[in-house]
Amino acid sequence: MNIVVAIKHIPSIADDLPVKGNNVDFDSVDFVLNEFDEQSIEQAVLVKEAVGGTVTVVGVDMIGELDGVLHLALAKGADKAVKITGDDPAADSHQQAKWLAEAIKGMSADMVFAGVQASNDLDGQIGPMIAAHLDMPYIGGVSSVEVAGDSATVNKEFAGGVGAKYSVSLPMVVGVQASTKPPRYAPVSKVRQVAQTATIEKVAPSGDAGSGLTFKKMAPPVVTGHAEMIEGSSKDVAKKIVELLKSKGLA
Amino acid sequence: MSNDIFVITEHMDGKFSDVSFELVGKAKELASALGGQAVAVVVGSGTASNVFASDSTIQVDDTALSQFNPEAYGKVIEALVKDKSPRLVMFGWTATGMDLAAWLSARLGVPCAAYVKNIGADLTMSCQAYGGKMSADVAPEGDMAIAAVLAGSFPVEAGQGSTAATTMASPVALDGLKTKFVEAIKPAAGDVDITAQTKLVSIGRGIGSKDNVELAEELAGKLGATVSSSRPVVDAGWLPRTRQVGKSGLKVKPKLYLMLGISGAPEHLEGMKSAELIIAINTDKKAPIFNVAHYGATADLFEVAEAMLELL
Repeated sequence: MNIVVAIKHIPSIADDLPVKGNNVDFDSVDFVLNEFDEQSIEQAVLVKEAVGGTVTVVGVDMIGELDGVLHLALAKGADKAVKITGDDPAADSHQQAKWLAEAIKGMSADMVFAGVQASNDLDGQIGPMIAAHLDMPYIGGVSSVEVAGDSATVNKEFAGGVGAKYSVSLPMVVGVQASTKPPRYAPVSKVRQVAQTATIEKVAPSGDAGSGLTFKKMAPPVVTGHAEMIEGSSKDVAKKIVELLKSKGLA
Repeated sequence: MSNDIFVITEHMDGKFSDVSFELVGKAKELASALGGQAVAVVVGSGTASNVFASDSTIQVDDTALSQFNPEAYGKVIEALVKDKSPRLVMFGWTATGMDLAAWLSARLGVPCAAYVKNIGADLTMSCQAYGGKMSADVAPEGDMAIAAVLAGSFPVEAGQGSTAATTMASPVALDGLKTKFVEAIKPAAGDVDITAQTKLVSIGRGIGSKDNVELAEELAGKLGATVSSSRPVVDAGWLPRTRQVGKSGLKVKPKLYLMLGISGAPEHLEGMKSAELIIAINTDKKAPIFNVAHYGATADLFEVAEAMLELL
């Protein structure tokens, strides 16, 4: 089975996001793997382990730093790594989905996995757009995948534990919310070893598809309220919280 | 082209979700400004749809549509939108809307904005992206656009009404679907029901590891509270899915919501913003949760939790 995982390298939201003009200043931010892609890579590897096949991880190289992410994916069980040399840190989901779909076209994929969403999906997620370009069915919010023959059974989550089970004739695109088992850990030594021996295939970007959105403004949200901040040491904070809870009959 | 605003509504077991009413209310306001109609679109089978305050309601009825099926629903909505050419198609940024909005955008080649929090009369959309840390104003090009709107952005009441639905057959053939609905999945029973708790100690990514959950359990024990969490904690396997608060989890409204290491992404806020007392501890002083919490502290959650244990 040919399993493809389409990943996104996105601006880290651990730190403040600097603004330049009407968008994020992409030259001044760190890029990280979309957190849902960790789940998606794991789910793909779990399917491979269950039914056999190969896992190919493919992503757009936004800032020339995708290799580290691809090495990690290989260390976690992916077999091949492909980077699309986009070199455009501002490429939106529409553009990335088009590039990814064009690259995936030649891979004879039986299943394509993508993270269900990313924090910078201002113009929607790549998973459903790749599905539209490849004319494959898409189901997102998926938390479990089982493959038998040429069909997959997937569980989709709605909310609060309510969900639905679907059976889909392959090929399909799956938007992963959570892998059946939590993502495995790859020791640093293994990632280093992979980095020394792995070959990453380079693919030139092909096809244009912008989001059709013009950015008018990018700024931290206008705040209508703010928490009353408790200052001081951790002990001071603890004391004040306990006092507050006691005064309200909550402790 | 028309100036109509379509709302793709969502329902389960015959009940429409709040976000559908929220969107219909907003659609009325936009349609009125643009000189078009607010149209509620119901895709289903035998669904009682005379519940919206829309100018009109279109119900596409087929037994193949009785349960949500992204492939079938996508085909129907695509055909309908192509035929009617609305100015704007609104979805919820929800488990169902997220399967359809971007897909439709790529199929039709029309712009799509996601994480939408507000829409202006000129269709400029304000999007709450980057985990709620940034608000982007974006303007869609062309004659048609798609908006995927965060639940809880508009009042429910403005969309409630009794407009009679016009029923039509599916505009596309629904045989030969590759996707088949098998069965509904109900919540796993047996664990504590966090929606019934008056006090929750809720942990996020900041808790760091499964071993550290014990500290939260201990603190919760002293407070007579239950431990809940944001999604990453559940995805990492540190707590069961039954403890998850937020869009893909449960909506809670406790008297106390004490948050340890949760940044407050819009998806989490959807599940807890109505809590009576929200206290947030986070090391990031710019975490969006501090815009929502009643009390906050920029501090190490472990130090605070341990100090609280000594005092309780």
